[in-house]
Amino acid sequence: MSPDGAVPILAMESVSVTLGGRRVLEAVDLRIGHGELTGLIGSNGAGKTTLLRVVLGLLAPDAGRILVGGQPVGHRRGLVGYVPQKISLDPDMPIRAMDIVGLGLDGHRFGLPPLGRSRRGAARRSRVEEALASVGAERLADARIGRLSGGEQQRVMMAQALVSRPALLLLDEPLANLDISSISEVVAVLARVCREQGVAVLISAHDMNPLLPVMDRIAYMADGRLASGPTGEVVRTDVLSGLYRHPVEVLRVGGRILVAGADAESHCP
Amino acid sequence: MFTALMTNTWLAASAVAVVAGVTGFFAVGRGSSFAAHALPNGAFAGAAGATLVGASTLLGVGVFSVAGALAIGALGRRGRHDVATALTVVVMLAAGSLFITLKTAYAPEVYALLFGQLFGVSSAAVTVTLILGGVSLIALALLYRPLLWSSAVPDVAATRSMRPAVTETAFLVVMALVTTMAVPVVGALLIFSLLVSPAAAARCLTDRPGVAVGLGTVFAVAIVWVAIAVSFVTALPVGFLVGSGGALLYAALYAATRLAGRAGASRRHYRRG
Ligand SMILES: Nc1ncnc2c1ncn2[C@@H]1O[C@H](COP(=O)(O)OP(=O)(O)O)[C@@H](O)[C@H]1O
Ligand SMILES: [Mg+2]
Repeated sequence: MSPDGAVPILAMESVSVTLGGRRVLEAVDLRIGHGELTGLIGSNGAGKTTLLRVVLGLLAPDAGRILVGGQPVGHRRGLVGYVPQKISLDPDMPIRAMDIVGLGLDGHRFGLPPLGRSRRGAARRSRVEEALASVGAERLADARIGRLSGGEQQRVMMAQALVSRPALLLLDEPLANLDISSISEVVAVLARVCREQGVAVLISAHDMNPLLPVMDRIAYMADGRLASGPTGEVVRTDVLSGLYRHPVEVLRVGGRILVAGADAESHCP
Repeated sequence: MFTALMTNTWLAASAVAVVAGVTGFFAVGRGSSFAAHALPNGAFAGAAGATLVGASTLLGVGVFSVAGALAIGALGRRGRHDVATALTVVVMLAAGSLFITLKTAYAPEVYALLFGQLFGVSSAAVTVTLILGGVSLIALALLYRPLLWSSAVPDVAATRSMRPAVTETAFLVVMALVTTMAVPVVGALLIFSLLVSPAAAARCLTDRPGVAVGLGTVFAVAIVWVAIAVSFVTALPVGFLVGSGGALLYAALYAATRLAGRAGASRRHYRRG
């Protein structure tokens, strides 16, 4: 139960994961309320992707409990939408953006998709167009997805994740490999989707700064450990030094936040 | 050209072409062209084994191709798919070479399974081909969306649809069925080329998956019909005609779309400038 008594959309309790003999997640606790936008921040190798894979049910934890919408992972998979970090689409595969988004709606079902002319086909099509429009990608509907730019493909993947009307949307490093203007565009789209559709959004990123204006809460990761809460309570010199297990300093420079000394561990063993 | 025996040839070859055209869309889309090569060749070894022990060719082909599909599926879970496929086909071909050595009498009917014999398909063989082809098409229709999803965006499909290993093994088993229906009547070379080139050619012409499936099927049937007719007149082998015809069709369409794309791009550039 979260402080206000409602069941959180995501509740992780003491979740640990070991991969190849290494502790990749160490007793992670994380709660996300309905409709909240959370930034999952940490440098490369901190464990962000692993955490998302555990929430998706792709990886079973060694210990701990994960509830999505109050139920164990895997029971209601339509509840969680996912945009992976590396989107590798075959440019020669004959498939359009609207086909991809349609699969997000019913790709797990057996049989052929409904024909466009039928009533079910028309209903499916309007759901697909609505999802594409919600991320500003309506004009991409007829394009072969493998031939779109990286940023365009990412929007289509967001539409694919949103079309099933999930309660929780997970995005793995959606801001990596984007230029500065695209970064603020994508952040704005995600904030709007979160507000207008009431979906909880968890965005992983190695830099928290682009997300500062829109984040409700931060989940900060270092070496498989996680601290979460309002940004001002987590991004503090004492809290982060505890998380990193060596002294770091939080600096606020011109509206940006820098964590100095975060990489110290890799320099001195 | 239209005697009773020729009618069987047309029927069996057309059925194989339709099923191969549809299956090929997924084989090419999933990057399983190598498995499409491996399974028919492994099935050839099964046929050799069957003649050695006096069992039916169909049974030998069926057992070997399904076993090969399951082996590729199981090995592919642990490591790279192309390596799993290569290991499987090597083992099957090794067994085939052993079977042929053990069978001291010369067995031309087994070699026919490699390159196809086509003229002289029995009515019983046609019936089996049609039934297995029907089963394969129904299976592909049922699996259409999970297969398409896991081909296009495997990472996302894995979170919402069937487990990737299950989807992949299901597809390989369908490809084994297609192999079983096809190898006894058209041979390994012919089914391999019909699984790959028509579907690859169709990808050049459309952005719609459903249309690509249909176009690939039309191409496969057209290639086979032209090859049979030309073979009847010129006595050139059907396997050669289907294999080279398919490759030529793909090369021609690929070059044409590349040229059209470049012309379109320079036109756009010109208009802007
Ligand atoms: N399958 C694996 N086997 C062994 N180690 C792994 C595996 N996957 C990830 N790791 C390790 O786990 C750590 C966290 O990885 P990851 O979750 O991908 O971090 P992030 O997404 O934050 O960059 C890294 O040190 C990585 O090397
Ligand atoms: Mg990562």
